Amino acid sequence: MLSEHIQQQIQRELIKYPAEQKQSAVMSALRFVQDEKGWISTDDMADVAAYLGMAPMAVHEVATFYHMYNLKPMGKHTLTVCTNLSCTLCGALDTVKYIETKLGIGMGEVTADGKFGLREGECMGACIDAPLMTVSNRRLCGRLTPEKIDQILAELDKS
Amino acid sequence: MIKIEIDGKLIEAPRGSMVIQAAQQAGVYIPHFCYHKKLSIAASCRMCLVEVEKVPKPLPACATPVADGMKVHTHSEMAVTAQRGVMEFLLINHPLDCPICDQGGECQLQDVAMGYGGGDSRYEEEKRVVAAKDIGELVSTQEMSRCIQCTRCVRFGQEIAGIMELGMAYRSENAQIMSFVNSAVTSELSGNMIDLCPVGALTSKPFRYTARSWELSRRKSVSPHDGLGATLAVHVKNNKVMRVTPVENEAINECWISDKDRFSYEGLNSAERLTKPMIKQGGNWLEVEWQAALEYVVNGLRQVANSAGADQIAALATPHSTLEELALLQKLMRGLGSNNVDFRLRQSDFSADGKQAGAPWLGMPIADLSTRDRLLVVGSFLRKDHPLLAQRIRQAVKKGAQANIVHSSGDDLLMPIANRIVAAPSQLVNTMAQILKAVATEKSAPVDLADVVVSESAQAIARSLISGERSAVLLGNFAQQHPQAAQIAALAQQIAELAGAKFGYLGEAANSVGGYVAGAVPSAQGLNAAQMLATPRKAYVLLNVEPELDMHNPQQAMAAMAAADMVVALSAYKHQAMEYADVLLPIAPFTETSGTFVNTEGRVQSFKGAVKPLGDARPGWKVLRVLGNLLNVSGFDYNTSEVVRDEVLANGDIADKLNNQLTGVAIQASTGVNGLERISDVPIYSTDAVVRRAVALHKTPDAAAPCAMFHTQTLQQLGIAAGDIVKVTQGTGSVVLSAVADDRLPVATARVAAGHAATAPLGAMFGAISVERA
Repeated sequence: MLSEHIQQQIQRELIKYPAEQKQSAVMSALRFVQDEKGWISTDDMADVAAYLGMAPMAVHEVATFYHMYNLKPMGKHTLTVCTNLSCTLCGALDTVKYIETKLGIGMGEVTADGKFGLREGECMGACIDAPLMTVSNRRLCGRLTPEKIDQILAELDKS
Repeated sequence: MIKIEIDGKLIEAPRGSMVIQAAQQAGVYIPHFCYHKKLSIAASCRMCLVEVEKVPKPLPACATPVADGMKVHTHSEMAVTAQRGVMEFLLINHPLDCPICDQGGECQLQDVAMGYGGGDSRYEEEKRVVAAKDIGELVSTQEMSRCIQCTRCVRFGQEIAGIMELGMAYRSENAQIMSFVNSAVTSELSGNMIDLCPVGALTSKPFRYTARSWELSRRKSVSPHDGLGATLAVHVKNNKVMRVTPVENEAINECWISDKDRFSYEGLNSAERLTKPMIKQGGNWLEVEWQAALEYVVNGLRQVANSAGADQIAALATPHSTLEELALLQKLMRGLGSNNVDFRLRQSDFSADGKQAGAPWLGMPIADLSTRDRLLVVGSFLRKDHPLLAQRIRQAVKKGAQANIVHSSGDDLLMPIANRIVAAPSQLVNTMAQILKAVATEKSAPVDLADVVVSESAQAIARSLISGERSAVLLGNFAQQHPQAAQIAALAQQIAELAGAKFGYLGEAANSVGGYVAGAVPSAQGLNAAQMLATPRKAYVLLNVEPELDMHNPQQAMAAMAAADMVVALSAYKHQAMEYADVLLPIAPFTETSGTFVNTEGRVQSFKGAVKPLGDARPGWKVLRVLGNLLNVSGFDYNTSEVVRDEVLANGDIADKLNNQLTGVAIQASTGVNGLERISDVPIYSTDAVVRRAVALHKTPDAAAPCAMFHTQTLQQLGIAAGDIVKVTQGTGSVVLSAVADDRLPVATARVAAGHAATAPLGAMFGAISVERA
């Protein structure tokens, strides 16, 4: 079941679309689920489908197509490092390696305490700040250096 | 119309059509994979790239609308380079394993690669591998790596089947066709995905690796399973039916067939097939020669006729029998002096006999269903009883038609329903009377239904029907099997007349119309199917009938069979008749005999046998012919089934025999029933003898063991919970089933499937039923 809070959020979203086009809200609905639970399970997809009157497979298509939806638990803070061209030219692979060693996890894994998850990301449209990463799809951190990463991780560790 | 030029040919194409469609009209082939004329346009495979003059780059012909003066080149250097390039890309990840691929020899990718691809590959890297998914017992995804992501199967589900069970998950290199968490594909039309798949990614699970396409000879046939009469290609190897595929017939089945039509062939090769005539002597069954068996039948029937009178002989035939079989059976019975012959085995109300102007039929061509703008479907498990008629109605609804439903179960029809009334069977007449009254009031027509109170939903249905220009009122199997079928039909007819709608019956089986045409119905002195059992006869002749499964009241049927002195079963299978019959005559199923079906729109479709009869089985018409000769009935000198057919159809045009006009049926709108009422459907894979023995179909959810379904409220009243094991009793019989909650049913009803061995001990398909915790 979708929580009361998620249902309210979807309801608000639905106002934007014609009544017979409820499926237009699918991306927002999935985002609300992820915001609350940190990831989207297939049960959640089925719930969203039922709520919006869609085929579960249609929701599954959307959830698996977009990279920013987590299809498994990705920790309290999901670090998504861009590895596209500009970032890689500016050393994104070193960034990845640094984070991996620092947290002791590989790409797509979560730390044992469930605090941090690490993902590979696609271009975030901010190449001027390369190399960069996002924290839980919300906060963009650019011009990453080992020192800056240490600082960000320390900050997140406390929160 | 728009004038365009394709490869130098000047052609006219309708505005809005695509280049690929215009090219097809002109006889120019443009290679393609994702494009399909019945599906929406995806333009994802890019195989149909062509050059259009004044456009700097190649355009996909499937997604480029024709424009005046457009000049298209399908074989120019630009087009050929583009096609060759696309072909190379498509083959990058496609395994080059044609020799061991089930699709090899009938593969669109293979053919197009031959015609438009290069001779070798420059790709030396690893190919992607896609894991197989289990999507059910009919469609295999074992070689998903072969998928070229045309998404035809996905679009088929969304647009034709009405349910999106397959989808393309993930993206780019990881994109793959799958179902939601490996759930099974349950659509009753799913087999069409196998035909649609242009590669060997979706293959037929029952057929896989049993034959190569070039070893098979294709023989045209007609489906016996429902009233549609889909055109089939029966694929034969070594005198065995290996598979069945559709033959395109726009007027009937378009390019689809239901899974029932496609996979029921497995029943033809069942181990239960009867291959030798058999006689029961001293309680033991003996295999005998035809001569002995036929003489036994002749002597037996003569004895009954002489000692007890010919009217002690009764003949029952399934509506799945051919026109010729039905015609000869009734002629034989009448020759013997008995008028007791009927094919309407699941009907219970025969009060319309003598009041009906002709054979009840669809009332319009099948293709007209797709163009209706208002529909009222009464008493029909539409999707399961008529998968492709449901599909046509689905397309009509997609184009803006309003579908209204009156039924005793709110099953999901996979299409938007404008108005739906779900009423207990005893309330159906009243519901129809309400709609009639509402229509009459709207039209200011006089109607004598003073004590009928019109509900809001009846009013809404009436308004919907009147507002259309091309409306139709259709009666389903449930309405025709209903104990007040004549009243429901009379009301439906009046509604249709007042609303200016067409009125029709959805035929249950291949010869639901043909049976009337063949005269396989009792005349005024004869007994109908129900009477033959209610007042048991001394001898029964059963043509393809399994009384415990095919009759409206199996309990009564079995009692009558057990009490009879002689039961002659003409059947393709050894079935329960072994218990009560005296003679079994092996007759051929539809693939092994020539014959004719008259489908629900009154179309006469003859077919030839695709294979030789199995063992000593013989075509039913030949057996009946010889029986006629041996019984000295005159006029039984037929040499071919065509002569029989021509004789049946000789007197007058078939169209003159089709008439739904019903007069003189009295309406009793108020009927109260105390206690629990039975609602029964005949499950999709239990309708006839062949499909009952189709192995793969019986592993699908549609063939799950019957259960007793109730509204939650009814469950509470009965003091049982969903999941409980309950004892369901009707008359002298009871069965033990598990209880299931289904709030789409009316309260105070129990839905228990008919036509299934598990519920055969029960009584009539309608009426009182009692339930207690087992």
